[in-house]
Amino acid sequence: MSADRIDVQVEHRHTPPPADKKHPNTCPKCGSHYRDDELAATLWVCGHCGHHFPMRARDRIAWYADPGSFQEEAADVRSEDPLDFFDLRPYSERLAEAELNTGQGEAIVTGQATLDGRPVELAVMDFAFMGGSMGSAVGEKFSRACDAAAARGTPLIAVPSSGGARMQEGILSLMQLPKTVCAVEDLHDARVPMVTVMSHPTTAGVLASFASLGDVTIAEPGALIAFTGPRVVQQTTREKLPDDFGLAEQNLRFGHLDAIVPRPEQREYLARVLRLFP
Amino acid sequence: MSERDQEVNLRQRLSGLSRLPLLRGARVDGEAKRLEEQLERLTADSSDEAIWHSVELARHPDRPYTLDYVARMVDDWVELHGDRGRADDGALVTGLGKLDGRTIALVGHQKGRDVKERLDRQFGMAYPEGYHKAMRIMEIAERFGFPLVSLVDTPGAYPGVAAEQHGQGGAIARSQAEMARLTVPTVACIIGEGGSGGAVAIAVSDRVLMQENAIYSVITPEGCAAILWRDAGEAKKAAAAFKPDALHCLDLGVVDGIVGEPPEGAQTDVDEAARLLKSALVEALDELDETPGEDLRRRRRAKFRGMGVFA
Repeated sequence: MSADRIDVQVEHRHTPPPADKKHPNTCPKCGSHYRDDELAATLWVCGHCGHHFPMRARDRIAWYADPGSFQEEAADVRSEDPLDFFDLRPYSERLAEAELNTGQGEAIVTGQATLDGRPVELAVMDFAFMGGSMGSAVGEKFSRACDAAAARGTPLIAVPSSGGARMQEGILSLMQLPKTVCAVEDLHDARVPMVTVMSHPTTAGVLASFASLGDVTIAEPGALIAFTGPRVVQQTTREKLPDDFGLAEQNLRFGHLDAIVPRPEQREYLARVLRLFP
Repeated sequence: MSERDQEVNLRQRLSGLSRLPLLRGARVDGEAKRLEEQLERLTADSSDEAIWHSVELARHPDRPYTLDYVARMVDDWVELHGDRGRADDGALVTGLGKLDGRTIALVGHQKGRDVKERLDRQFGMAYPEGYHKAMRIMEIAERFGFPLVSLVDTPGAYPGVAAEQHGQGGAIARSQAEMARLTVPTVACIIGEGGSGGAVAIAVSDRVLMQENAIYSVITPEGCAAILWRDAGEAKKAAAAFKPDALHCLDLGVVDGIVGEPPEGAQTDVDEAARLLKSALVEALDELDETPGEDLRRRRRAKFRGMGVFA
């Protein structure tokens, strides 16, 4: 039974698109279709049904941060290929391709900014870069963000969006779990608050490490928040899954979240929470 | 050359190999032959076949489990049950006992031996309740200054509906966080399968050891193959690619030492495997004994924060 168990899902590049695959600007819930500029204007939230489309890390930072206040940090940290990992293609090739396609060096963007005038440290993941998977570079950038937040005494706002650990880095990707956990513990010891905004999807290794350790944890509506995703749970256990299995709404009901906050209200929510902390 | 010189020489050669710390459990009397055999096994290129052999031995149905070792290593064992909230998870056993004269707190995964026990213990895959139970024992260890010993042997945390509803991800995260806060000496050993988050949840330790034929990995070979090769049958290829064997884990700095096993694997001579494991654990605890708790915690965090390869 354990033989075909999977608890990390990283990328779906080689999965053929389902026959009914819709255009990325078509709402999967209600079928409404939008131009790029329309989606940008609504923060990538469907104006008809409220579905939250994926939001790129830089778009989110541009929205959370006061105009012109964001200064990126650790932008030059890149993944290496310690195992010379080769599945159907070399890992190094996948990395280069991801950087080319996303215009980003890694699956997380970190830096300092002000939010409603309050200095903050931001650590925002980007699912577009290899499924937001966490390898050594993501772990390092997140840990440095914790250190920067602790050193300056500015709250950390973390936005996970990840399929889990990056299996092309083998056991080292698993070690990013304790690594980021230790970084958060150092932040906690410095008495600097951490607020986590779980976006779709927050799963596997990222959920089982830093994403679960915020002082205040909120999620976006409809986000998948699960250690093991529905497909693998179904395949492994043959259990019948509840309709809202693993979604933010179920997680709120079971006590794993402080609130579900729709994207347009998040900036005000974060500002309000941060005013309460020293 | 006297036997003793020969052994010192062997041990030096062994420790020179892939920066191997002196082999745990190696004692002076008449072990030169065993060391020599071990040296041979270690110097042989860890080929794809050798890696797969480790995978098979790590999952061998007769491989000793946590309670087999407890019975042979620990005196005055008192198993402690339940997470005080919801359940007693049989996949993760916890308790107190004496190891070489000192009281230790122990947490370890437990697979089942027969069909019924396997089902009862969910094949060693813990629910969040198991990690809550482990955290309870960690608290006791911290309060009374008992060293914490973890024995890791799980395919992974249980992937079920109830496990998710009870907060599997958060439980694994908080168990690691609890270990990062401890000021008592902590030693973990991977004794079989070190499967992903469910394994590392109890392995954020000052010293992480690994038995010679254990595996430690971010995903099962079958899982990796199913995702990257889209065919679970390519597990052998996947294992060769992500290298879950002890030597590679040591090379990457993920484990601090390798614990020897009887020549054909721990299942061939459980008493001997337990003796080697016990002396490795005792040796590690002896090394940590003198260090003040604050330093232990600081160094432990620094160790894990240093893991990874990036540019």
